[in-house]
Amino acid sequence: MEILAALTAGGLAGIGLWMLLDRNLIRVVLGIAILGNAINLAVLTAGRLLGESPAFVTATSVPGDPSNPLPQALVLTAIVIGFGLFVFALAVLKGVRETHGDTTTDTVSAVTGDPAPDGYEAAPGAFAGSATLPEGRET
Amino acid sequence: MNAWLVAPVLVPLSTLALGIMLRPRHRLVTAVSLAGAVALLLVGLRLVAMASHDVVLAGQLGGWPAPYGITLIIDRLSAAMVAITGVIGLATILHGLAREGDPGPRRDFHLFVHGLLAGVCGAFITGDVFNLYVWFEVLLIGSFALMALGGGRRRLAGTMTYLALNLVATFVFLLAAGLLYGSAGTLNMGELGLLFRAGEAPAPATLAVALMLVSFAIKAGLFPVFGWLPASYHVAWTPVSALFAGLLTKVGVYALIRLVTLLWPEYSPLHTGLLWVACATMLVGVLGAAAQNEVRRILSFHIVSQVGYMILGLALASPLAITGAVFYLIHHIVVKANLFFVGGMASRAAGSERLAAMGGLYARMPFLALLFAIPALSLAGIPPLSGFWAKFVLVKASLEGGFWWAAGVALVTGIFTLLSMSKIWNEAFLKAHPGGKGAVRPADGMPWAWWAVTGLALLTVMIGLGAGPVMDYAVAAAGQLAEPSAYFAAVTGPGGP
Repeated sequence: MEILAALTAGGLAGIGLWMLLDRNLIRVVLGIAILGNAINLAVLTAGRLLGESPAFVTATSVPGDPSNPLPQALVLTAIVIGFGLFVFALAVLKGVRETHGDTTTDTVSAVTGDPAPDGYEAAPGAFAGSATLPEGRET
Repeated sequence: MNAWLVAPVLVPLSTLALGIMLRPRHRLVTAVSLAGAVALLLVGLRLVAMASHDVVLAGQLGGWPAPYGITLIIDRLSAAMVAITGVIGLATILHGLAREGDPGPRRDFHLFVHGLLAGVCGAFITGDVFNLYVWFEVLLIGSFALMALGGGRRRLAGTMTYLALNLVATFVFLLAAGLLYGSAGTLNMGELGLLFRAGEAPAPATLAVALMLVSFAIKAGLFPVFGWLPASYHVAWTPVSALFAGLLTKVGVYALIRLVTLLWPEYSPLHTGLLWVACATMLVGVLGAAAQNEVRRILSFHIVSQVGYMILGLALASPLAITGAVFYLIHHIVVKANLFFVGGMASRAAGSERLAAMGGLYARMPFLALLFAIPALSLAGIPPLSGFWAKFVLVKASLEGGFWWAAGVALVTGIFTLLSMSKIWNEAFLKAHPGGKGAVRPADGMPWAWWAVTGLALLTVMIGLGAGPVMDYAVAAAGQLAEPSAYFAAVTGPGGP
């Protein structure tokens, strides 16, 4: 069972990395999601897939063949965090697409390399023409 | 459970919660944010005061004994880091007080900063590897939001780069944490330290830790994985990039120092690798800076270069070298953030941050020029400023360890740093403004920002002139890193199994 899970995690990580190296930002963001899930699976597997029953320990009894709850707790945390970050990445992707018109990594690098615009930004978004806020900014 | 133990996280988190509740009322949010930043600074100072009497706070969250519960430990290094986080946090908030532009993003800025500070402080006080991962994520989500704040073409593009590469780094960390648990059976730093120091750690665990060090190296901006830093730091709003410059890479450095000193206190092949990485980082960073012609781009490359010095201290592994690394860490955070702040104010007055379009600042704003000169000279390591002592100790430690070439690299990097700083000085301050005399507009609407940068500059001078007490503190901190009895006691002590 562990072998199968490890192979799946490895395969998913490969797919994720492959997509991460793509020129298209949409694929990059999806690659991040796949890589994140591959690693979640890997963390779960690293804790060994032992046990048949959930580890519900009560004051009087301990289940006969309990599974290890710690990796599950770790992965649960990681899934929640990963989901939040993925949503934020999608929001930034949407913003990039709206402001740049296309979503290739080359455009993004080129724009970041542009010389700084003249004038000083007294507050975030104070430059003329850049008043649009990224959608989905969490509050 | 001692209340001071959780205060570094509790203060920014409750400030954030209060701020979110008060969101529609901008002025109140600002006031709460300012109060929260002051409170965090006071907590930090109190922790340093306790730590300097050799009080090491340690506790188990929720009362679960280690290694099952999450351990929190505040020793000298952690306390100093929390205090310095408070200083930079307060300076950033003061900078964000300027009342101009769009109020919405400015209000959100205050909220996100406290979210980020909670993550940073959490990373400094935790004694558990997985908990460290969680705090990394907390500070990461805050930093994403801060970097994208305000939007615009350049900023979103920079955020995309920053986001993708940092997410990959945290995934590597998560994978390493999972594998470490799978092989060593524990995520408690103290128990890991006992295992590794006794030489009983299984080989896969060593590999997992190595993987973890790689992810910290990405966070810290070490050669060859620093590319994300100069590609993104210059696009954010000025106070945001100053906050990042001061604190974010240093969380990676802190994690490296914490883990490496805990697991491998003696010089080992790993340290040789770190030594090469440190030297390459110093040189590549400073040479990269030489090719840039915008204030914040130059300073971003210098972050990379300076991180190399701290890792140099860590790699040498002698008590003196670790002392140097700790001192450098404290000095660098103050100086680097201040340079970004002053650079931003200079750009504001000159109307651009491209060096070619700047000038005339020395004639019109001599005080700002002085405020730039202090951290700039300190960064380059001119006595008697703080950077001199930091570099002096590291060079001395390299020579004592027989690594004369590492000392040479550190000195050469210092000279190039001075070169870069004099480039900014000549172009932005000394030469006449290309737009004529009237082009410099010293009129300011940010009195608080002046207080912040003056305070940071004073702190730099104080660390330089009063280097003795700070160095004593760093020596004791290095001693605690070499002999982290509090970490071990958390596992083996009366609270442990």
